[in-house]
Amino acid sequence: MKDTTIKMSELITAHVELVMMLQRMGIALGFGDRSVNDVCRRHGVAPDFFLLISNVYSNAQYEPSTEEILSTDMLGLVPYLRNSHDYYVHKRLPHIEQHLGHIVEQLPERVATVLTRFFEIYKTEVLDHFGHEEGTVFRHIEALQAGQQDSSYQMRDFVENHGNLEEKLNDLVQIIFKYLPESVTSDDTVDVVYDILQLSLDLNRHSLVEEKVMVPYVMHLERSVR
Amino acid sequence: MKTRVLIIEPSEVIVEGLSSLLGAQTRFKVLPPLYSLEGLTERLVTGKPDVIVLNPTLSSQPAQLLGDRPTPVVALVYQYVEPLVLKRYDSVIDIRDARGTIADTLVKAAQSTEHETSVSSGNYELSKRETDVLVQVARGMTNKEIADALNVSIHTVISHRKNIMHKTGIKSVAGLTVYAILHNLIDEV
Repeated sequence: MKDTTIKMSELITAHVELVMMLQRMGIALGFGDRSVNDVCRRHGVAPDFFLLISNVYSNAQYEPSTEEILSTDMLGLVPYLRNSHDYYVHKRLPHIEQHLGHIVEQLPERVATVLTRFFEIYKTEVLDHFGHEEGTVFRHIEALQAGQQDSSYQMRDFVENHGNLEEKLNDLVQIIFKYLPESVTSDDTVDVVYDILQLSLDLNRHSLVEEKVMVPYVMHLERSVR
Repeated sequence: MKTRVLIIEPSEVIVEGLSSLLGAQTRFKVLPPLYSLEGLTERLVTGKPDVIVLNPTLSSQPAQLLGDRPTPVVALVYQYVEPLVLKRYDSVIDIRDARGTIADTLVKAAQSTEHETSVSSGNYELSKRETDVLVQVARGMTNKEIADALNVSIHTVISHRKNIMHKTGIKSVAGLTVYAILHNLIDEV
C-alpha cells in the first residue's frame, strides 16, 4: 500500500485489523468517502507515516526500506507508540483480567492462586517493559527529534534487550486450552482465550513496528545528530 | 564441511532452479534429486543428506518418512499449505525468498542437532525423567542444580527441557510452574 488517494473506508475494509490502529493514531471512524490523505490531514496525522505503520501492522512480512523510513514524517511515532501502550495497559489487560477472574472463581483455590499470580507477574512484566520504553527510549527519541544530542541511551541496547511479551500470553492460552478442569464453563474460557490471542497478535505487531520502523529510524537519527 | 542437501520436489523447473542456486555456493553439496517419495529410503542411506528439502504436498507427516534416520526436513512452499502441516516441518523456505535467506535457512536447519521427531506421534505425556526435570524447573532450580540433583549432565537437562516445552507447548518457567501445580506435581512455589 503506497497510495494515499484511495478511500480510507476501502483500506480498512481490506485490512480490518487496522481498525485497532486507527484509534491510536487519533483517527475517528465515520470518514465517509474521504481519501486516506484527506482523513489523515483532518486529524493531523502525516499520511505517509499512517501508511508506513499500516503496512507493518497488517503484514508481518513487510520490510520497509531505509529510504521509505527516512523520507517519512516521524513526528507521530512516539505519540503513536505511547497511545498503543496506554491501550494495552488501560483497556486490554484489565479486560482479560476480568474474564480470568470469572474462570478463577470456578477453580480450586490452590489452582486459582497460581493462575492469578501468573497473570499478576505477567502484568508487572508488561508495565516494566513499557515503563522502560517510555522513560528511556521515547525520551531519547524526542531529544534527537528536537535536534539535541543524547548519549544517555543508544538504540543498540534496545535491539539487544527487547524482550518478547507474547511468550507468557501464549503459555496462558496453552494452559487454558489443555489443562483447565472440564468443569469450568466454556463461555468465559472462550472469551478469555480470544482476548488473549488478540492481544498477543497486537503486541506482536507492535514490536514489529518498534523493530522495523523505530529502531532503523532512531539509529539514523543518532548518526545524523552529532 | 559441506551441507548435503536432498531435494524432493515434483516440479523439474523448481528442482533445476534450486539446485543451481545452491550448487553455486561452495557450502552446499546438492545430491541427485528425487521427484517423488519413491526411492527415498535408499537415497537416505546412499546420500546421507544433512537436510532434506521437501514439497509439503508430498507428505503431511515428514517425520514418519525418515524411519530411524532422523534428518531435518525443510518445507519448500510455493502454494497454500495447511499451517498445521508446516508446523511439523523443521523449517520452511518460500520460493520467493532471497537466495541468501534460503541458504541460511537450510544451513541452520541442518545444524539443529536437537532434531525432534516426536511432533506427530500425538503422545503428549511427559516421561518419568521429564517429569522429574519439570518439578525442579517449577521449583526455580537452575540447569546446573537440576543436573547435580538428578545426577545427569547439563546437556541432558537442557534436552529434557526442550522436550517438555515441546510437549506441553509452554515456554516460560512461570507457565511450567502453573502446569506442574495443575497436575499436582508440586504443591506450591
